[in-house]
Amino acid sequence: MIQEFFLAPFELAFMRRALAGCIALSCAAPPLGVVLVLRRMSLTAEVLQHGVLPGVALGALLGGAASLWLMGLGGFLAGLAVVLLAGVLARATGGREDSQLAGLYLLALAAGVAIISVTRGVDLMHLLFGSVLAVDGAGLLLMAGAASVAVLGLAVIWRPLVVESFDPDFLRAMGGRGGVWHLAFMALVVLCVVAGFTALGTLMSVGLMMVPAVAARHWSARLAGQVRASVVVAVLASLGGLLLSFHGDMPAGPAIVLMAGVQWLGGLLFGPYASLRARFAG
Amino acid sequence: MGGGGVGVVNAAGVRPPAIRVEGLGCRFGAQPALTGLSGSFAPGSLTAVVGPNGAGKTTLLRSLAGLHPGHAGRIDRGGLAGRDIALLPQASRLDRSFPVTCGEVVALGAWGEMGAFGAGPADLGARVQAALEQVGMAGFAGRLVGALSAGQFQRVLFARLIVQDAPVLLLDEPTASVDARTEADLVALIRAWHGQGRTVIVVLHDLELVRALCPETLLLAGETVAWGPTAGVLSAENRMRARLLAEAHAVGRRKAA
Repeated sequence: MIQEFFLAPFELAFMRRALAGCIALSCAAPPLGVVLVLRRMSLTAEVLQHGVLPGVALGALLGGAASLWLMGLGGFLAGLAVVLLAGVLARATGGREDSQLAGLYLLALAAGVAIISVTRGVDLMHLLFGSVLAVDGAGLLLMAGAASVAVLGLAVIWRPLVVESFDPDFLRAMGGRGGVWHLAFMALVVLCVVAGFTALGTLMSVGLMMVPAVAARHWSARLAGQVRASVVVAVLASLGGLLLSFHGDMPAGPAIVLMAGVQWLGGLLFGPYASLRARFAG
Repeated sequence: MGGGGVGVVNAAGVRPPAIRVEGLGCRFGAQPALTGLSGSFAPGSLTAVVGPNGAGKTTLLRSLAGLHPGHAGRIDRGGLAGRDIALLPQASRLDRSFPVTCGEVVALGAWGEMGAFGAGPADLGARVQAALEQVGMAGFAGRLVGALSAGQFQRVLFARLIVQDAPVLLLDEPTASVDARTEADLVALIRAWHGQGRTVIVVLHDLELVRALCPETLLLAGETVAWGPTAGVLSAENRMRARLLAEAHAVGRRKAA
């Protein structure tokens, strides 16, 4: 019974591929999410998940539904464009960019859906919310490759990035160019969001990045601890979510994000930090 | 990262160059925050920057640190690199809930020696411990800054300045919202830095403290009201002029907005 529920689904090749890809992303995306939360950029991540859609859709329109690399490239470029635009808006409005960002992501979503609806052979639901069946060999390569680049890239820029998050003026006064680290970091974020779109969907890909990062704040007060906790939450969510998706016959993206959400709720109630238990017992 | 500056760091007797400002003008957004500031901070001087709210005190410090480009005039830093001019920001500008330890914040003072990727100096751990001891925070290296009081946090930022060991120090309201004992300790550190020959420029609100601590004072109100020996600058007449000027600037800003 237990074996049938937990192990049998992974006897299927596509489930194994999806699991391997999601675990690879679970090691790369949540640490980026932890830094996004620290930089108070959770909203930018939201904008990003809508922003990559027109690019992915254009890739599908130009290359057909099978053109995974073209869709990935389109999503990456569109994501970078959104990041740069969000930065310009933030500077132009003196930090009061939220209304402009809201307008931006609604437009991006509308444009993406419009392009997909005229593209034959692409299932909108799969593109938005992911499908384990979509993770073929190329999809797994995209997820694992992007995750590898993101883990290594984050390790390289970690020190200046964290300093820039804590005290940007200090870094600038020291002659360290904060903008470079910010852009490199955002490129890694876009890379992970795009890499997850086959399994998780463009709308849920950010979920594997942000929900474990938010949940991790209840499990550790220290930065390294939060990074580790976020990866554990994401790996568990990937496992549970894929099983939920398989047995419950639902898209993989929402199933994985829901499983991360369950752990967030657990942390919020019983975690050692900033939880209800910590507030009322301490 | 820059080289060793002009060979004034780490010497027992520090001898920084003068910092000259000529016709400096800075805007804050579209509004002028500072206009036509000219003068010189002598080597080893200890100067208070005082003035009403919105007088451009923080803007001046930030532009001296290279963080706020002026739209007019120029600043001659005498060849000092960024790491040779240490800035203590207003504590409120930093996020104290950030998951970083006191030791890590203090070690940042050595950024100029290690940069983004380099290994830290071999004696960094010892220097961090010594700096924390000097500010009365021994044993706090592993604590998160989120657990500190305002005064303790300010002590940690002072320890970072000690590790940075810069010949020029810019301090933005170092004693704001700290307890009396911390204020006394921090003032003693500022005196010690002055005694070592460093140039110190410090934004202060407490005029009694200015008179007791700083030989020189720059009174600002969007422009220079007076600059020189403290007793003369802080005359009742100058302070009245500063208040009137600040009100006039505020009215001008409201009209422009």
